[in-house]
Amino acid sequence: MYQYDQYDQAMVDARVAEFRDQAQRRLEGKLSEDQFKPLRLMNGLYLQLHAYMLRVAIPYGTLNSTQMHALADIADKYDRGYGHFTTRQNIQYNWIKLEDAGDILADLAKVEMHAIQTSGNCIRNISSDHFAGAAQDELVDPRPYAELLRQWSSFHPEFMYLPRKFKIAVIASGTDRAAMKLHDIGIQIVKNDAGEIGASFFVGGGMGRTPMIAPNIRDFVPLDQLITYAEACLRVYNRYGRRDNKYKARIKILVHELGAEEYTRQVEEEFAHLLEQGIEPPLAELERIKTYFTDPAFEDGPKTVDRSDPDFALWVDRNTHRHKHDSYVSAVISLKPVGGIPGDATAEQMHLMADLAKEYSFDEMRVMHTQNVVLPHVKIADLHALWAKLDAADLGTPNLDQIGDIIACPGLDYCSLANARSIPLAQKISERFAANGKQDKLGELKLKISGCINACGHHHAGHIGILGVDKKGVENYQLSLGGSEAEDTALGKITGRGFDEAGVIDAVDTVTDVYLQHKQGEERFLDTYNRIGMAPFKEALYD
Amino acid sequence: MKILTGNDLKSGAVVWWDGSDWSLHIEDAVDVGDNAESIMAREESARRVNVPYALAATLTDGVPRPDHIKDRIRALGPTVRPDLTLKPADPEVGNWVI
Ligand code: HEM
Ligand code: SF4
Repeated sequence: MYQYDQYDQAMVDARVAEFRDQAQRRLEGKLSEDQFKPLRLMNGLYLQLHAYMLRVAIPYGTLNSTQMHALADIADKYDRGYGHFTTRQNIQYNWIKLEDAGDILADLAKVEMHAIQTSGNCIRNISSDHFAGAAQDELVDPRPYAELLRQWSSFHPEFMYLPRKFKIAVIASGTDRAAMKLHDIGIQIVKNDAGEIGASFFVGGGMGRTPMIAPNIRDFVPLDQLITYAEACLRVYNRYGRRDNKYKARIKILVHELGAEEYTRQVEEEFAHLLEQGIEPPLAELERIKTYFTDPAFEDGPKTVDRSDPDFALWVDRNTHRHKHDSYVSAVISLKPVGGIPGDATAEQMHLMADLAKEYSFDEMRVMHTQNVVLPHVKIADLHALWAKLDAADLGTPNLDQIGDIIACPGLDYCSLANARSIPLAQKISERFAANGKQDKLGELKLKISGCINACGHHHAGHIGILGVDKKGVENYQLSLGGSEAEDTALGKITGRGFDEAGVIDAVDTVTDVYLQHKQGEERFLDTYNRIGMAPFKEALYD
Repeated sequence: MKILTGNDLKSGAVVWWDGSDWSLHIEDAVDVGDNAESIMAREESARRVNVPYALAATLTDGVPRPDHIKDRIRALGPTVRPDLTLKPADPEVGNWVI
């Protein structure tokens, strides 16, 4: 894992001192809320429905057990004993007091963490594949590239006041586990015909009220020009992105309105200009970063498990992922117990995950964008012991990528921008499909719920998506089908008029029935939908 | 009726104007009539409240019930964590929100 050098630590410590002073001045009335708001947002502190909310960055979702213990301690000491893992691989606390904010940031800094650039119109935390460094199908570990981009984008003076927030994802395998094409910039590390490693750039994707899939604007950028090319992409956006209308300020709108071709032309022009200025960090820096991400000392061992316990066997089948070393797997800890709140974990659960990471996974964890946690390197021989401990703590639900593995944003239970609640829907859907046994028949089915059009719950990209809308002060839900955020990225289509809460749960049941009736062979829900189209679903829902 | 809410500056807690101070409990909220703007301006500049706003509510069983669900959830707490609401022991409390 990356470790702070003296410069990283000094910058973070300086920011803690600065923010402590700013918060103190706000408490003393020397700053008004209007003056203070942009300052607190630069440090991830929002004011939400019930209290202040703090969003803490987890770079590319990777953390060690010391850090997870610290996150648990914060939940206990300053919040109400839990935290919420988000779709951008971060964690949020819902009940923070302004008077504690400085102390919390200081506690985070002690374990090389912070909340900088988790809000505001800057380059946000860089996300990545949660199986990075472990997956059997990856070309290289994408995290050194994500870390290089993190260093470039942290405190980048030119990009602290962009027209709008800016999100980057980096992957290095053909299977997209990071919704890469739904980011402002998606980067896929690839190999060209000459066998060289480079970066393929997808620019102008996003969700929100105008969802867009990022077009590929350059299929190969040599590694010693990666930062320069990213800088060129940002510069053109910073110059032409609209600042007068926040709904049109994202790069996706610029790329869409200029056309990918014209945007690319301008980027290439800027790129040529920047190349002359030599802004690229030396490749030695990338090599230095890579040394932090070398493989742990894997050992050969058994390659199969004893499947005599059916509960354990099911969990292994569903919640483990193939590892590049055949005596290991990546194990997914589900934060989606049946009827639970997606992505929430108690302080005790966080402590346990940290302890298990230390014992079984070389001290490493990853937060997934689907709001679960991964132990990336678990010996197959240790799986049963691990599972037993997870199961005892309600962390062993075998539902990865099943209908119960729902992404849900905080919605109206916590978020001041929401139209409708998301969490109760997720709870009721997971309960219904567990109770009627249907989950087991459905296979991979990704259901995603957002409480408003900002789409924090990725509903556009759900095989089944649910969006909360406000119908004259009453919660109402729109259903969409056919979205995906994997390598077959697609945006869902709305089925028709919306439903009330009970109605939308029934509607989900109905569309899964249609799938089961039409399913051929091994087709997933999404495959069947893509083959038969919307009509049969619409008919079942509305006729 | 028109009532006032905001957040406590230090703790961030949701508070309601009770006529002389800010209360955690919506039961204490009073009708401010046409005085919303002046009360909010005075209280905010005295740092007794953060980002206050006025909202419509209807007196129901003697308790002001905000007309919009968002404010009812603000008044109570997250409906999915009854244990963290202001009325953790009341199983019926969700009905008040919906
Ligand atoms: C409760 C506090 C939150 C607030 C106020 C908030 C606000 C917003 C807003 C305003 C947008 C739209 C931005 C735009 O389209 O330009 C947005 C998008 C987004 N948020 Fe949140 N959000 C919150 C919580 C979360 C949580 C908990 C998650 C993860 C579960 C999340 C993940 C995202 C993602 C992935 C997007 C989509 C980004 C895109 O449009 O490309 N947010 N959020
Ligand atoms: S999608 Fe809307 S309701 Fe949900 S967290 Fe984002 S802003 Fe809030």
